[in-house]
Amino acid sequence: MSSKKLLVKGNEAVAIGAIDGGVECYFAYPITPQSDIPEYLSRELVKLGGTFLQAESEIASINMVLGAAAAGKRAMTSSSGPGISLKQEGISYIAGSELPAVIVNMMRGGPGLGGIQPSQGDYFQATRGGGHGDYRTMVLAPSTCQECYDLTIEAFDLAFKYRNPVMILGDAILGQMKEPIVRWKERSIDPNEAIKWCLTGKKGRKQRIIKSLRLEEGSMEALNEKLMKKYKDMEQDIKWEEFMVEDAEVVAVAFGSIGRIVKSTARKLRSKGYKVGVFRPITLFPFPYKQLREVAKKGKRFITIENNTGQMVEDVRLALCGICETEFFANMPGKVSTPEDFIEPIENMFK
Amino acid sequence: MTKVSEKQVFSMPKCLNDVPTHFCPGCHHGIIHRLVAEAIDAFQLEDKAICVGSVGCSVFIYNYIDVDSVEAPHGRAPAVATGVKRARPDAFVFAYQGDGDLAAIGLSEIIHCANRGEKVSIIFVNNSVYGMTGGQMAPTTLVGQKTTTTPYGRSPQNEGYPLKMAELIGSLEGCAFSARVAVNNIKNIIKAKKAIKKAFLAQLKNKGFGFVEFLSACPTNWHLTPLEANKRVETEMMAYFPLGIYKDIVE
Repeated sequence: MSSKKLLVKGNEAVAIGAIDGGVECYFAYPITPQSDIPEYLSRELVKLGGTFLQAESEIASINMVLGAAAAGKRAMTSSSGPGISLKQEGISYIAGSELPAVIVNMMRGGPGLGGIQPSQGDYFQATRGGGHGDYRTMVLAPSTCQECYDLTIEAFDLAFKYRNPVMILGDAILGQMKEPIVRWKERSIDPNEAIKWCLTGKKGRKQRIIKSLRLEEGSMEALNEKLMKKYKDMEQDIKWEEFMVEDAEVVAVAFGSIGRIVKSTARKLRSKGYKVGVFRPITLFPFPYKQLREVAKKGKRFITIENNTGQMVEDVRLALCGICETEFFANMPGKVSTPEDFIEPIENMFK
Repeated sequence: MTKVSEKQVFSMPKCLNDVPTHFCPGCHHGIIHRLVAEAIDAFQLEDKAICVGSVGCSVFIYNYIDVDSVEAPHGRAPAVATGVKRARPDAFVFAYQGDGDLAAIGLSEIIHCANRGEKVSIIFVNNSVYGMTGGQMAPTTLVGQKTTTTPYGRSPQNEGYPLKMAELIGSLEGCAFSARVAVNNIKNIIKAKKAIKKAFLAQLKNKGFGFVEFLSACPTNWHLTPLEANKRVETEMMAYFPLGIYKDIVE
């Protein structure tokens, strides 16, 4: 495939990334603001011989993902806030059964039914497991349509690398905005990717059981120890972006679409003579604690900006602990932000 | 001295593991496991079968039947089975669920799986009570039946009526086979065996969804002896849950 530029929505970029990333089975239930993803895949995935199925519920769709993942396929579902809450049981089972899966959350305002406007209110849910029991999902937070495409491809590789659910955490801004992307990956399917552990029927080998029930003495401990090590190993895949951080006096920490908007704010403030940089975590779990701490050691001041009432700021505080503090600016869920919204809070850091 | 030649006329099904059972004395799960294993052997499905386990007493199915298995969350076995079958259409996919799992928390999943006509087979064990959790009311608990959460007996005013799943599933377009059977005597066991085979054939012939409901005894939570429990299946359960075939378009 020659690199091809396309003008698409963030949601479509996720769907195209899924196709080029080798998704074989996609199950989902409609919810705004992510319905472009199932609509795109219902049209395009079936042409490639993949499975598209609109499930009766969010709960059914995540469990269909569980089944297809157990069968060794690249399986995916997508939703937004309220739908992701319904999927949490299944995500916990997928983590407990050590299965790979990609789950997309295009966040909307909450709590409750909330609204369809942008929000980053599901940060805690995404980065702390979200369902019952002691587990984590790997969380990738794109900030552009190109990253929606790139990170969805990467999400499948990471899900299979760690045999763990990987979440793409976007939001309504990202899902609905349109910009050019370069489609660089050619779809290829490795039928033997999961051959060492997946269910195929036991021909030629012993029975395999994929489960999360651990009743035998010591087995629950053993699983949790294994998972803990796995989450530690994931730190080798931590991603983040530093934007004009080197000479910055004030560093704004922001992720996803807000991270991108804050970069525009930083450019504006630079033109007024303020030395502002942006630290943007791309993996939210594992969080780039060490990387942010290294920046803090250089004597910067910090402000954390989120489209919620204060969630990632707790991780920022953990990263900075003992070195310095961070200010926090809450951009309320439901608000569509502009770079101007963040000028005053950052300017105040210089007073 | 006369030479005696021995011929084995009865044996364990090939895919049934010879392991100690966790089921209580008089429980029918063991018989039903055996019938499922016999059907797997009969169609030589051992190497291509994928079993979906559920939550409740039925959860350990994968310890007894020696085929590839995945465990579903409570009630979600038909959705997991859908995922497995769509991912591997050549596999033989079946799930084994109890009444709380299938007819209460998982009612949505079973109805939609059947209605889509998924090419999967579901074995449903109805013993009118939650066994694993200690004898609470099930969606199939009979009116008047005492359980640990209906200490005065199930009352239609408070809890409504027991669900008739074989009839409900049989009414759906996507369903190719639905039957209710019992294993309380030899005659019924033979009929049950035929019903499982028919439900499996619905999948093997690509006709649609196959469903077999088993009326099953739970002496422990019914507070009856195994013999009394076996009798109750006939006297009380069959009166409300009639045995029979509710849909059959397999042949």
